[in-house]
Amino acid sequence: MTATATPSVPAATKPRYGSMSRDRRWAMRWSYFFLILFVIFFLTPPIYMLITSLKTSQEISAITNPWWVFDPTLSNYKELLGSGTFLTFFRNSAVVSVSVVIITMLISVPAAFALSRMRFWGSATLATGVFLTYLIPETLLFIPLFKMMAVFNELTGIELINRWWVLLILYPTLTVPFCTWIMIGYFASIPKELDEAALIDGATWTQTLLKIFIPVALPGLIAATIFAFTVSWAQFLYPLAFTTSESQLVLPVGIITTLIKGDVFNWGQIMTGALLGAAPPLIIYAFLMDYYIAGLTAGATKG
Amino acid sequence: MAEVHIRKVVKKYDEVLAVRGIDLDIRDHEFVVLVGPSGCGKTTTLRMIAGLEDITDGEIAIGGDVVNDVPPKDRDIAMVFQNYALYPHMTVHENMSFGLRLKKFPKDEINRRVDEAARILDIKELLDRKPKQLSGGQRQRVAMGRAIVRNPKVFLFDEPLSNLDAKLRVQMRIEIKKVHQKVRTTTVYVTHDQVEAMTLADRVVVMNNGVIEQVGTPNDLYHHPKTRFVAGFIGSPAMNFIPCKLQDEAGELKLRINDGLALPVPPARAGKYVQHKGNGSVLLGLRPEHLTEARAQLDPGVVAFDANLDVTEPMGMETLVYFPINGETVCGRVNPAAGAKEGAPLKMAADLNNMHLIDPKSGLVL
Repeated sequence: MTATATPSVPAATKPRYGSMSRDRRWAMRWSYFFLILFVIFFLTPPIYMLITSLKTSQEISAITNPWWVFDPTLSNYKELLGSGTFLTFFRNSAVVSVSVVIITMLISVPAAFALSRMRFWGSATLATGVFLTYLIPETLLFIPLFKMMAVFNELTGIELINRWWVLLILYPTLTVPFCTWIMIGYFASIPKELDEAALIDGATWTQTLLKIFIPVALPGLIAATIFAFTVSWAQFLYPLAFTTSESQLVLPVGIITTLIKGDVFNWGQIMTGALLGAAPPLIIYAFLMDYYIAGLTAGATKG
Repeated sequence: MAEVHIRKVVKKYDEVLAVRGIDLDIRDHEFVVLVGPSGCGKTTTLRMIAGLEDITDGEIAIGGDVVNDVPPKDRDIAMVFQNYALYPHMTVHENMSFGLRLKKFPKDEINRRVDEAARILDIKELLDRKPKQLSGGQRQRVAMGRAIVRNPKVFLFDEPLSNLDAKLRVQMRIEIKKVHQKVRTTTVYVTHDQVEAMTLADRVVVMNNGVIEQVGTPNDLYHHPKTRFVAGFIGSPAMNFIPCKLQDEAGELKLRINDGLALPVPPARAGKYVQHKGNGSVLLGLRPEHLTEARAQLDPGVVAFDANLDVTEPMGMETLVYFPINGETVCGRVNPAAGAKEGAPLKMAADLNNMHLIDPKSGLVL
């Protein structure tokens, strides 16, 4: 399955089929125009971040051309990577994100398999229900969740707030519904005869899932994994609300809370931290992009 | 190896009756083909034997054991699907051995069986390939191989040749027949193609509207259909049905087709049909091969008449001719040398020794 729609027809050397090739040429011009526009729009912020991260605080506050580094320095990087707190944030983020991905997959994949394949009473309603839960934004969820944890604390004496691991319970409220939904779509694109063949071959449902469905649906699985990781890595509201101590913070909240002191913004380090924080998802996307696209478009067409 | 018994089996989807209480006994080693138009319940019946559909009512027994509540994996059956249903991420060898590996067969036994099946199907050189590297015919062989290695009690085939082109279909049909001659496993085969049914089956089961119309050997169904449906479904081109009246004319039993045409019933058949005379309209069933060009010397029971040909279809070894009788288009088969021309008259002959008479109300062959 290819994601690009442009067929690689060489441009006609002689414009014999006049209108066709002229149309095509104009279409190409317009698409390039808009693509370049989008590239500028979306790449400007990270480039600005990179430029700022290479400047000293003096240069940032000086009135010079903001798009040029006159006195490049790596001091922001050195300071940040040398400080224990930044590495703590990074470690917290990594542990939380990887754990959330694992937890999400352990729940979503069997759930999607059951909902898409093991026809049982109410399975269709449940599948829709899963999707509906995804439509509830975290801005609506975090207050009742906070309340629930307070009540839980009162009842059991176990403190859940301001613990990094509580994020392992919270993030799946965002990742599980969406990943389940992606996997339902992906499993639905696998022909029904495949699991029937496996059933007749003597496989149990679990064996069918592990030995047939997961290998066949690997692109979808990778897409869901990337999604879960990205959401966990970039999550801001939940950690802001539920964690406060420096040792419990994850990267996005950590950068904001420690590098902004009152009205003093340490822009160089903020940009450096944001840039370093963006690196892991970027690397993952770069390597798994094709799988991600294949996974998201599966089921759109048969084949 | 085992026989299969189906007793009063009913399948209901919500309010729709897909199978309306069928009875069928399939003997050990037998090759039985379920044939019928789309939606006649043949695939549903097969899937109930496989255990992929629940049985609403009735009983299915494989090898003497009632399997109504036995899951597919414990029924000791193997199934070949229309779209092959090969596991795309496994090699041919892994595909074929999947069932055996799940059952924890020893490795050398698995290899022995896979090699044996690959030899029978002539796919030894494909064992390390993935399904996407195979052609349609090769995939179909692998799907059969997956069934053979299991050495099951019953093979189930669900329209296995529908996805192949016409030429390959004929070739694979012969392959399937050869395989059955070698392994002799009881086989239930579903198809909508009556030619496949006729060529493969020991016995053909014709289904329509969720009931079995007739069970019999291919020849039996062809020459002695019990219902109008079977008469029309089996055989290609299909049997002609010509409305007529069965009546006594000058002491002779005749089929009065119109004012100008009356065909005398051969004396050998007259005794059988005489009780139905004067019962209003009946249908004369005649296969195209019994409507040929008239020869100079007519055999007893063969009646000549004039026809105006609408359309001719030269097939090479014969020519199909279409002409109207009482407003119905009727098909005949003539010798290419008979000089059949579109729009021209031709002297035709009806061989009434092979006629069928059908009661249009009950649809039964008289």
